[in-house]
Amino acid sequence: MNKVKSIYRKNPEMSRLLLIMACWLIFMMFTQAEKFFTGINFLTMAGQFPEYGLMALGCMLCMITGGIDLSVVGTANMASILSVYTMMHFFGEEGPMPLSFSAVIFLIAILTGVVVGSVNAFLISCLGVPPILATLGMNELLTGLCIVFTNGSAVSSFPKQFCDFFSGNFMGFIPRRLIVFIVVAVLIWFMLEKCTYGTKLRLYGTNAHVAKFSGINTHALLFRTYITSSVCAALGGLMMLATYSSARADYGSNYTMQAILLVVLGGVSPNGGKGKISGVITAIVLLKMIESGINRFRSVSTYYVTLIWGAVLILALVIDYFSQKPKSTK
Amino acid sequence: MTQSLLKAEHVKISFGNVHALKDVSLEILPGEIHCLAGENGCGKSTIIKIISGVYQRDGGTIEFGGKKLEKISPIDAINMGIQVIYQDFALFPNLTVAENLALNTELASGKKTVRWKEVRKIAQEAVAKINFEVDLDQKVQELTVAQKQMVAISRALMSNARLIIMDEPTTALTKKEVTALFKIILKLKEQGIAILFISHKLNEVFEISDRFTIFRNGEMIATGSTKELDDKKFTYYMTGREFSDQIFTPENVSDKPVLELKNLTLEGAFSDISFSLRKGEILGITGLLDSGRTELALSMFGLKPADSGQILKDGTPVKITNPREAIDNKIGYVPEDRLSEGLFLTQSIADNIIISEIDRLKKKNGMFDLKKRNEEVEKWVKELEIKTKNPDNPATTLSGGNQQRIVLAKWLACNLDVLILNGPTVGVDIGSKHDIHMVLQKLANQGLGVIIISDDLPEVIQNCSRVLVIRNGKIKSEYDTQKVSEQMIIDDMM
Amino acid sequence: MNKKIRKIFQSNEPYIFLIIIALGIVVQVRSGQFFTGNNIVDLLSAMIVPGLFAIAEFMALIAGGIDVSFPALASLSAYATTKFLLDREYEGNVLLAFVIAILIGALLGAINGFFIGYLNLNAMIVTLGTASIFQGFMQGTLRANQLSVIPAGMKEFGTASFVTATNKVNGLSSILPYTFIILVLVCALMHFVLRYTIFGRGIYAIGGNALSAHTAGFNVKRTKFIMYIMIGVIASIGGICRVCMMQQCHPTNMLGMEMNIIAGVVLGGVALTGGAGTLTGCMLGTFLIILVQNSMILLGIPTTWSDVFVGLVIVIGVSLTALQASRPSRSRKKTAKEGA
Repeated sequence: MNKVKSIYRKNPEMSRLLLIMACWLIFMMFTQAEKFFTGINFLTMAGQFPEYGLMALGCMLCMITGGIDLSVVGTANMASILSVYTMMHFFGEEGPMPLSFSAVIFLIAILTGVVVGSVNAFLISCLGVPPILATLGMNELLTGLCIVFTNGSAVSSFPKQFCDFFSGNFMGFIPRRLIVFIVVAVLIWFMLEKCTYGTKLRLYGTNAHVAKFSGINTHALLFRTYITSSVCAALGGLMMLATYSSARADYGSNYTMQAILLVVLGGVSPNGGKGKISGVITAIVLLKMIESGINRFRSVSTYYVTLIWGAVLILALVIDYFSQKPKSTK
Repeated sequence: MTQSLLKAEHVKISFGNVHALKDVSLEILPGEIHCLAGENGCGKSTIIKIISGVYQRDGGTIEFGGKKLEKISPIDAINMGIQVIYQDFALFPNLTVAENLALNTELASGKKTVRWKEVRKIAQEAVAKINFEVDLDQKVQELTVAQKQMVAISRALMSNARLIIMDEPTTALTKKEVTALFKIILKLKEQGIAILFISHKLNEVFEISDRFTIFRNGEMIATGSTKELDDKKFTYYMTGREFSDQIFTPENVSDKPVLELKNLTLEGAFSDISFSLRKGEILGITGLLDSGRTELALSMFGLKPADSGQILKDGTPVKITNPREAIDNKIGYVPEDRLSEGLFLTQSIADNIIISEIDRLKKKNGMFDLKKRNEEVEKWVKELEIKTKNPDNPATTLSGGNQQRIVLAKWLACNLDVLILNGPTVGVDIGSKHDIHMVLQKLANQGLGVIIISDDLPEVIQNCSRVLVIRNGKIKSEYDTQKVSEQMIIDDMM
Repeated sequence: MNKKIRKIFQSNEPYIFLIIIALGIVVQVRSGQFFTGNNIVDLLSAMIVPGLFAIAEFMALIAGGIDVSFPALASLSAYATTKFLLDREYEGNVLLAFVIAILIGALLGAINGFFIGYLNLNAMIVTLGTASIFQGFMQGTLRANQLSVIPAGMKEFGTASFVTATNKVNGLSSILPYTFIILVLVCALMHFVLRYTIFGRGIYAIGGNALSAHTAGFNVKRTKFIMYIMIGVIASIGGICRVCMMQQCHPTNMLGMEMNIIAGVVLGGVALTGGAGTLTGCMLGTFLIILVQNSMILLGIPTTWSDVFVGLVIVIGVSLTALQASRPSRSRKKTAKEGA
């Protein structure tokens, strides 16, 4: 028992989520075992979460600094629209497009991310605009530009080789989108746990003022963080493009809130200074499982997913509140 | 024998397993100025919170005005005439002075609406009591610390206080302001109000109080008339140790200066500052709070780059426009306000120690060398005798003195040539203060150039080899500390 | 006197006001249509719902909190009310609709208030969660879809004209519905509450220093709880107004408004950190965003550009606010240091 307790103490955010996940899996086992526990179902789930999962990973970094990135969806759509227009420009509406051109598409997405992230970081770090407002304004601006580019409608006539490839599976069963997600997740994990960046990020999030006094190059740190976040979001946009096979200014409009929800659920403090990637990934997987599980019940509206997400978030907060109670009275 | 105003006997309280107060007694006579002293964590704040009803005691008796009190709530305490002025003053920075003064009265009256004319009237009466002149419509966040304190005192006086408790009221005040505060305290005394004055500054205790009580580790160590107290006894009661203050004698001074300033000027802060520092020296810089001494330190560290003039490091001019460049030039800075500028309180002791040298803890491939990190942490925890069981605990778990040592460790880990300390022992108790002085002296003798910026003159005279006095942004004078008296320095400061 | 003027210009309101006037003049010069009765009336009626939401958000921000759940809350309570009345084939007065919506809003606000006030949880996260819950409840449990018919009483109230203005040049006329009076009333009431009641001063006090507010004797938890109930009520009123004015009930088209509302309130000088800001500033900031959104056509800019311009206004506006805020704070810091 003591051992369990000490494991829980060590990483309470993740343990808490794993606990909820276990309960949910047991519940599904008794009710929908034959439909839920199938290889196909897990594969579908694995193919679906990368788009907003990527946005959540970027947002996590910003939140560890005590900031937030509300521009993820705008960035994602901007990246996918720019990619679509590039494909159209070079290969016409029909194609064909050589698959190797995907490298250019990724480059475009990364470049979009770098530009957006730099502007965000400039506003936040150099002008001192509160992150929530800077990124909110950027999101509005990007969405607006997307509408201007597309006239507000979906763009779907472009070569589909990119979409087909990335909506497909590797070796017949591993979704390629999942691979992209895993690569990015490993990179971010590496940055956080194996480089000095992670320590600097957490300390900056604890107290930006002290960080400056300690000689941390805070401008560089913020630029790096917001650029990484925007690049993640742009890659998420490409995954979205693969899923929908079209680009539009208002795809994934509720992903912003979803991304933040995932990050917070994953144990990242919105005040900054605290957070682990393991928690956020667990949160992403958990919510996908809940969502997919609910969809197995015919009689239950899919809209209950949103309700349950909210409930899980508040439940996590309340569990936190009561598990910390004895400490605070002391 | 006069009847006591407050008599607390054998008071006990514990939080979890921690016995914050084991058995303390405190007696305050009507209309006296009583000083309660003790090191950080001795239980001073705890007893205040018990008297003012924030905490409930586990045992012991408390009498106020001859009446035995069973349970005290914050409202009871206020109604009996006990007022506490906390260190942060508990004011509302976003509201006007008038509203800050009147809010409690309005709340206590149980009314649901606010009449602004009344608010003004109440506020005017309140400031009139101590002849405090202030714009009532100004927001409190725009006031100076001293003014905020006056607002807090005015507010405390409104409810017919019989006992005012002041929790370390002089911490953030200039000498002049302290003098003004003491005048007001004496005036309150004339009006028959008893003052419980919390402090660990020896000279203040002697100057103002009639009687004293000293706590140590949750126990009462001594109480009596201040007349019977002297420096040695005071220190002994506070710490349980006896110190022989060692006067710094430089042993290892380099020939060439390590740091030189030439005509350094920052508009509106200081002008034409020139001096040089050699390795192995401890240079004191003193002056009033608004003399520009803090800005000077910030300029040397790149946080407020100077407008003109030169900084020379090892004889070559260097450009320092941000802390990074200062650190690259082997200059470190221990800030004035340890809590808001020096420490990541909720983060681990280990990370706090290595943060400034973090870029040197990389492997060749750019990864974070965790082994080296842990070695560094271990080394500095040992070197500076930081009292912790586990360096992965957050910095909040340490006492003020130990926290200050973390800040020192952070800079020493950077392998510096020059360390600038601004008020190195502000808010640090006597025991730790002594230890920090010893560390600084040792470091200087190992070849570090140290600059101490402080208005604690005994500290400067005891630890520095030379002292510069700054007045209105200019160097007024320079003395050899062996040949100077405190009074000479004070005359130059004012 | 001089000091007073300087004080005024240290805040955001006069600048926002000047920008609004300048923008108005630009539109006037370009189109000659800004200072016409029907344009002003159009702007005012576009202001009604965002204005109500802004007042609600304003309170949350002043107390040092934030509320991102009000669009979902308003949608849910407006939808539930409309649906309930339709199912009962209610034909009467609009008053009942408001009463029901207010009750639902109070209940939903109490949920926020309980978690934020009594459990002291982070306001941003709680309202993020409850927004999700409200939306899920509306679309899942109530199976909400668009209601193209609304009860007669509500329709009548939404279309009845309080002021009608006709543009002499093009003959277009615009009406200002009675819902505008609701905005004015709520505004006046909240001004009174925030300025002249102990409760209202408590909201400011909590935003300034929650700990001191507690020691001074405010019941911080209860104040926050009641405040979130009030936010729920005001948001619900906004929701019903919107349904009445649009003469249909669309469950999701209010969602996503929260960010623009927050941006407007902050542009008006309300600090995200709590305690600072005025109701005037809050309304001016909101009006500025409405103005930009609604002046596109008059300026001859395609409406597809509207989001771009709103985004620009937010980015530039908050940048200027940040720059302006950094200047006085620097001098203030200095005086504080000198005093210290």
